[in-house]
Amino acid sequence: MLKESRTTLSTSDKQMRLLIIEDDRESADYLVKAFREVGHIADLAGDGEEGLAMAEGGDYDVLVVDRMLPKRDGLSVIGALRDKANRTPVLILSALGQVDDRIKGLRAGGDDYLPKPYSFAELLARVEVLSRRNVGPSEETTYRVGDLELDRLSHRVARGKDELTLQPREFRLLEYLMKHAGQVVTRTMLLENVWDYHFDPQTNVIDVHISRLRSKIDKGFDRPLLHTIRGAGYMIRDGIR
Amino acid sequence: MTAFGKLVRTTAFRLTLFYLFLFALFAASLVGYFAWNTRRLITEQITTTVNAEVGEITDIYNRRGLRGLVFNIESRALRPGSNLYLVTTPTGVAIAGNVGSLAPGVISTIGWSETAYRRLEDQDRSDHRALVRVTELPDGIRLLIGRDLDERRRMFVIVAKAAQWSVLVVVVLGILGGIFVARRVLQRIDAMTGTTQRIMTGDLSGRLPVGRSGDELDRLAENLNAMLERIEALMKGLKEVSDNIAHDLKTPLTRLRNRAEDALAKSSCEADYRAALERTIEESDGLIRTFNALLMIARAESGQARGNMDDFDAADVASGIHELYEPLAEDDGMTLRLKTAPAPLHGNRELIGQALANLVENAIKYGKPAQAPQPGTVVSLDTRQILIEARREGDTVLLSVTDHGPGIPEADRKHAVERFVRLDSSRSQPGSGLGLSLASAVATLHGGELRLSDAHPGLVATLAIPFRNGASERLAAQTLDVPQKVA
Repeated sequence: MLKESRTTLSTSDKQMRLLIIEDDRESADYLVKAFREVGHIADLAGDGEEGLAMAEGGDYDVLVVDRMLPKRDGLSVIGALRDKANRTPVLILSALGQVDDRIKGLRAGGDDYLPKPYSFAELLARVEVLSRRNVGPSEETTYRVGDLELDRLSHRVARGKDELTLQPREFRLLEYLMKHAGQVVTRTMLLENVWDYHFDPQTNVIDVHISRLRSKIDKGFDRPLLHTIRGAGYMIRDGIR
Repeated sequence: MTAFGKLVRTTAFRLTLFYLFLFALFAASLVGYFAWNTRRLITEQITTTVNAEVGEITDIYNRRGLRGLVFNIESRALRPGSNLYLVTTPTGVAIAGNVGSLAPGVISTIGWSETAYRRLEDQDRSDHRALVRVTELPDGIRLLIGRDLDERRRMFVIVAKAAQWSVLVVVVLGILGGIFVARRVLQRIDAMTGTTQRIMTGDLSGRLPVGRSGDELDRLAENLNAMLERIEALMKGLKEVSDNIAHDLKTPLTRLRNRAEDALAKSSCEADYRAALERTIEESDGLIRTFNALLMIARAESGQARGNMDDFDAADVASGIHELYEPLAEDDGMTLRLKTAPAPLHGNRELIGQALANLVENAIKYGKPAQAPQPGTVVSLDTRQILIEARREGDTVLLSVTDHGPGIPEADRKHAVERFVRLDSSRSQPGSGLGLSLASAVATLHGGELRLSDAHPGLVATLAIPFRNGASERLAAQTLDVPQKVA
């Protein structure tokens, strides 16, 4: 049952190769199992040295690195990789969830930071977004999902023949969703990327923004494009899988 | 360690010994200098008188011959306390004078010499020493005139005694003084040590004794007492927090456990399990949020988040938060309004933003008008309005959130900021009771405070943050050079 619910979480069309560097056996096994269940390939390294060697040798799409590792600290693993011009996207997992730790992690060369404890849905969504980033920056000026069209230069949004009027922040929200069309985007990812805040709002503040956006882009159309993914977040895509 | 050993080891005692040594050295050198100069003076006096007499006597010999010389010498030798005189033939045979014996060879050495001698009249006495001058008169007659050095010796003895005594007195007084000072200091230090040991065993209410003299030890004690005060307050806070955590975290944990147990026992179909698990995840997410908030508060309070401070405009933060919460407020039937003036600030943007967000969330949750409008009265829209305001007043940046709900009674305001305190005793609204604590901790971190005041009716929660808080002065000065952004 859970297995089935996980497969619905994964939205990546492409199978990812992941390296998980984590010393806690139980969480590592859980991650490897969970990633494999959603159809990705996940390797495991139990300490910093092993992780660095494997990351250098293997061709991975994303590295998931714990900060505190035996033999070699997670940040130092990332630093060593970056020094050798290895640009594989890295997501840092850490029990140190505070703002300054996150900034430290990103400065060390990490691409994203997720404090423990995390939900697997959140981790998966972020890893998938990272893996796509590695494929190549999507710098098209126009995003298209179904008959929804967003022009990044003229800030015009249209669905079919109807021109939609969006507030600036609604535009940025939609832009972020469409940039990651077909991928699950979590609430914290939206708060981070659209509002640039990294705290956990205690209320459903993001949901309200989404429902406003939804009422503008989906209301009155037969095919909804903006979907809520239970237990994970939101996704914009044409049709339901 | 013995009491004496402890005494000897004190800084005061060691310093005393050091000064004692210096003073003894000083006294000794002073006396030595004095003695040396006295000796020189006496010798000078002797040579002057002797030289004068040699001149006189040579003159008498030249004028009156040997007979006159002998006569003169004999008369001089008879005077009390007289010099030494001796006249000899060129071969050294005594002719006249008062010298009984001399060290051998003295009479044949022309010029000054120091010698042992014996007077004619006191045969019994032992040798004396004298400074003598031997001159050769015409015809080879030798004349010896000298002066007893006893005076010089006595003088030297007196001075030496004085030196001994003065050094002795200095040493004894010094050691006694040192012991006195060391004991005094030691007693006070022992009192302090005793208190600190009591404190270390857990009695945090102990305070160090403070004297009235206001000396350095009193100042130290005062400072340590202030530190103890702070530690006690922190410990008390910590204890309260852990009590509250125990209570407020145990409740959801119990709930979580009960549900899991219940699901395990009663659920029959997959949908039931699923629902139970979903609720479990929800509940644990809430717990995680509470933990995060607690950690954030602890970090802000301990000042660890001082890194990552930069310059930004509080007005931007206010409009960002306004923009974020505006739809939520509207869904709740409230209006969120914004009023800003440029308010440059140096601080942690993330934390200030979160603090303001907490205030806004509180206003949305608790700031609804207290009672339904009375029929017939004109209700101004204002009561459902929440105002976010950012402005600068003198050197203080004010970020405030005003609602027109029931407000917080003045008596409860101090209490409201404490962790886990939820004035809504029914706890009907979701929330951890940490929002105001975090806002307050963030304000404190930036050297400011969270002020709660009355909005008649309603609550004004204000983050008052000094524009120039200690660490930011340098940066604040820099920003003055930067051309201001045109809003």
